[in-house]
Amino acid sequence: MATIVGGIGTTHVPSIGKAIAEGRQSDPYWKPFFRGFDYVHDWLARTEPDVAVVFYNDHGLNFFLDKLPTFAIGASGEYRSEDEGWGIPVSRPVPGDADLSWHLINTLVADEFDVTMCQDMLIDHAVTIPMALMWPSAASSDRPWPVKIVPVEINTVQHPLPSMARCLKLGRSIGRALETYPRDLRVAVVGTGGLSHQLDGTRAGFVNKDFDALCLDKIVAEPEALARYSIHELVELSGSQGVEFLNWMAMRGALTGRVSELNRNYHIPVSNTAAATVVYDNQAAVERKAA
Amino acid sequence: MQQDIAGTTIFDGAQAQKGLALNRMCFSFNNAENRAAFLKDEDAYCRKYGLSDEQRAAVKSRSVLNMIEAGGNVYYLAKLAGIFGLNVQDIGAQQTGMSVEAFKSKLLSAGA
Repeated sequence: MATIVGGIGTTHVPSIGKAIAEGRQSDPYWKPFFRGFDYVHDWLARTEPDVAVVFYNDHGLNFFLDKLPTFAIGASGEYRSEDEGWGIPVSRPVPGDADLSWHLINTLVADEFDVTMCQDMLIDHAVTIPMALMWPSAASSDRPWPVKIVPVEINTVQHPLPSMARCLKLGRSIGRALETYPRDLRVAVVGTGGLSHQLDGTRAGFVNKDFDALCLDKIVAEPEALARYSIHELVELSGSQGVEFLNWMAMRGALTGRVSELNRNYHIPVSNTAAATVVYDNQAAVERKAA
Repeated sequence: MQQDIAGTTIFDGAQAQKGLALNRMCFSFNNAENRAAFLKDEDAYCRKYGLSDEQRAAVKSRSVLNMIEAGGNVYYLAKLAGIFGLNVQDIGAQQTGMSVEAFKSKLLSAGA
């Protein structure tokens, strides 16, 4: 049976890709952000996940606004990236676990989440940057990746967006699907984006430290408290693009066991964004009987 | 009725409909050849994508706020801004009427 080893939350700001390409991780501007990944690297080395289920939002690479799914799942053996038009380097492809993707799709649709199935799907910086942050040596070499991925895309761009409660439920459905997967896989779940930030309008540059702290506190043991916020309230409190927190809610939902925060790093600013990096432990609520 | 959020345009159905041609043009800028074609003949490129007069004027003015008013979505507008070597901090400064240095300092002090 698959085991959900834990969750990671991380921002995915494009300029991180540039900083990595230019080797500026130790610059005074970048160091407080990148050092938040020391713990992530240790944890990944310890837990050795085989698969990462990555909740993210596409920014106009795979999807355009003319045909935009609310929830989409990749079902491919390989995910390529491409030029996104804003000058960050194109990342190497990442292998996918298509069998697991179809298992998730089958169980999600049975669970009344009618997702869009994507046998071809380009992954944008919202996947590739977290991958490079979590597995920097694999991202920058030709060596095989230590993990495969299942990308789960959530619309955070064109309103109406799915609610916080809905994304939490999506995650829970995926968590249950993982628990019933018959292969002996170790799975990490990842939520990317956020936290508070706004790129557009005269409120551009808005960040909200207090609300971010509340989100990071509540998401661990009381995600239902956050699920009560409407999208409108979320935009107001965390900024137009702070709504990427929906990806975090889904990640949290997929942690079906007893959840605790192992590490938290919070830093303002990364570009226009308040950046958070967290690692959550997930202990199965009931110990499985030995086979 | 929900209260408007100051300085914020929700990219909803009304904006999406209004902005489709402009956002579609910006989506094309994922491709380097298209970026070059825009730079070579901006008028012809905008005509090809059927921009409205308001959208054409907004692009010409290089004002991000005008482009948002014309239905532009910021993730797509960022691809256009990239053609001119501008990043989200540059366009943040432009929209808030600040210098880029002042905009960056504001963010730094938000973290202090």
